[in-house]
Amino acid sequence: MSELTLRPAGVAPPAPEVDMRTTLAGLTFPNPVFTASGCAAAGQELDQFFDVSSIGGVVTKSIMLAPRSGRATPRMAETPSGMLNSIGLQGPGIDAFLDKDLAWLAQRKARAVVSIAGGSVEDYAKLAAKLRGRPGLSMIEVNISCPNVEDRGQVFACDPRASASVIQAVKKAAPSGVPVFAKLSPDVTDITEIARACVNAGADGLSVINTLLGMVIDTTTLRPALGGVTGGLSGPAIRPVAVRCVWQIRQALPDVPILGMGGIRTGLDALEFVLAGANAISVGTTVFGDPTAPVRVLEELVVALAERGFSRFEDAVGLAHRPPDLHVPEGPDPLGDPPTDDPHGGTFGGDA
Amino acid sequence: MPMQIQAEVLSLRKVGAYNAMTVVAPGMAELTKPGHFLAVQVGGPESSMLLRRAFAIYDVKARGVYGGTVEFVFAVHGKGTAWLAGRRPQDKLDVVGPLGKPFRLPAQPVNATLVGGGYGSAPLLPLATALRDRGCRVDFVLGAGSVDRLFGQLDAKRIASSIEVTTDDGSMGRRGRVSDVLPQVLDRTGSEVVYACGPMAMLRAVTDLATERGIPCQVAVEESMACGIGVCMTCVLPVVGDDGVTRMVRSCVEGPVFLGDRVRWDDVGTVPPDVLGSITAVGGGH
Repeated sequence: MSELTLRPAGVAPPAPEVDMRTTLAGLTFPNPVFTASGCAAAGQELDQFFDVSSIGGVVTKSIMLAPRSGRATPRMAETPSGMLNSIGLQGPGIDAFLDKDLAWLAQRKARAVVSIAGGSVEDYAKLAAKLRGRPGLSMIEVNISCPNVEDRGQVFACDPRASASVIQAVKKAAPSGVPVFAKLSPDVTDITEIARACVNAGADGLSVINTLLGMVIDTTTLRPALGGVTGGLSGPAIRPVAVRCVWQIRQALPDVPILGMGGIRTGLDALEFVLAGANAISVGTTVFGDPTAPVRVLEELVVALAERGFSRFEDAVGLAHRPPDLHVPEGPDPLGDPPTDDPHGGTFGGDA
Repeated sequence: MPMQIQAEVLSLRKVGAYNAMTVVAPGMAELTKPGHFLAVQVGGPESSMLLRRAFAIYDVKARGVYGGTVEFVFAVHGKGTAWLAGRRPQDKLDVVGPLGKPFRLPAQPVNATLVGGGYGSAPLLPLATALRDRGCRVDFVLGAGSVDRLFGQLDAKRIASSIEVTTDDGSMGRRGRVSDVLPQVLDRTGSEVVYACGPMAMLRAVTDLATERGIPCQVAVEESMACGIGVCMTCVLPVVGDDGVTRMVRSCVEGPVFLGDRVRWDDVGTVPPDVLGSITAVGGGH
């Protein structure tokens, strides 16, 4: 009897075989798709739609020392392919977060990346110290770049020295063996200068990028649309800015781990970040419109990599930086559908 | 527990100034209780509109020729709802629901007055049926700007013991606001509980009138939302908790139904200084 390769109707094709593991600062994650800070709360709401332990990790909403109300409404304005928000870091404060949210993530066996935000270097150090000995904690993301906090003058991420002070203090106070990522703002003249300052101060990796500062004016009320006047712009509208930032940082700092984010909606969007140099990616604003987006983006990324002949995710990281003279087989039509046959066999070389 | 489904549009009908859309949503229909809402993706897969549109669930049929169906009512306000109004039967719609906390039903048969403004009456109609099934007396007060902006008055007439209608322009019922007739209705019917859904100013007026009479009042609020599932923190309003502390709570998961006297109506759209962790009290610095 010959081998039967037909599937019964309605049965999905087998998932393509791609090793999706990624290593960030010595920590290996089962796959490179994370949530984004401020877009997933602390995972519990999304767990109703998909198993939050199945993705690379859950990046929690930035937490501060004390409970915080956030800003007045309206807090949100939809913009073309994006949205503007001025939430103002509403949250329960670190103690309640640790007891309820982080404990839940740990019990759920999700990998938690805890985002911390403060008003002073000391705040950040205290927050990092509070994370010592907490099960479930995989990494710390330091939100030094949130543009919609009360005092615009305190945006650490716009000044290399202020950024470095925060990172140094966090590294000193943080539990050992837990990587510390600095989340960078794109609202700077040269993002590589801030990136370098953070890495020199001890950052184990970089999260790239936070929102861009923006504004919408309501033409009916003739006033700013947001209660907080200005807000952070996110969504696919900022994706090219984010890809550019990842590219520039990968070029300037070839070995630093990068968690890339900014308007990722599909697996191909994620692949752009990876090719630009991201070792992992976060799905943020897209989750608001599509709560299952992180698992969908992961599935699409697996297919996109398999179609391009990759057997390992890590072989694609930074590949867009390869020298122009390196021979590349005819690639998929960038404007058309990817080829479904004749994969390239992973011969691009992962060391480009 | 909410679900995300690709629901097929079964029908779309015009009801005065509004649209009522029925989608085939097996599983979702069975989970839905009066006061629940759903959130719909608009503009198709390549849409430049990223955020869901949230609507109260009106009618639910758990069983039928088409399996479970849910119906919701919407007004065309912008590009997203205009796109929705252009859907046709058999089109697919990405729907998340049922969402939020539904109306709480009384344990005993009581006299209930239901107050709807505009298409805020939509979730009150299934609520009225549920109350009647529990042996409650139900009376309706429905109001709108004009007759074409009333919704469900015929259904209401069928279910309720009485119905009062007001319109701002007098095109149907009494000229005026629901708050003009509500006191007489409450007194006449001996109402023991009030339920309301509609614009925030109306909910506030209804809460005040009910509270003055010592009548508990549940209101379904309308705050603009980005996600509808509790992760974005945009749909907050100041609400007093059981411990007496005011918090900025999410109307999508802690609401949309609140006890009217717990909502700080004066402070909606602001962060009062005594809210937990108020940034106006904390001041600058972060």
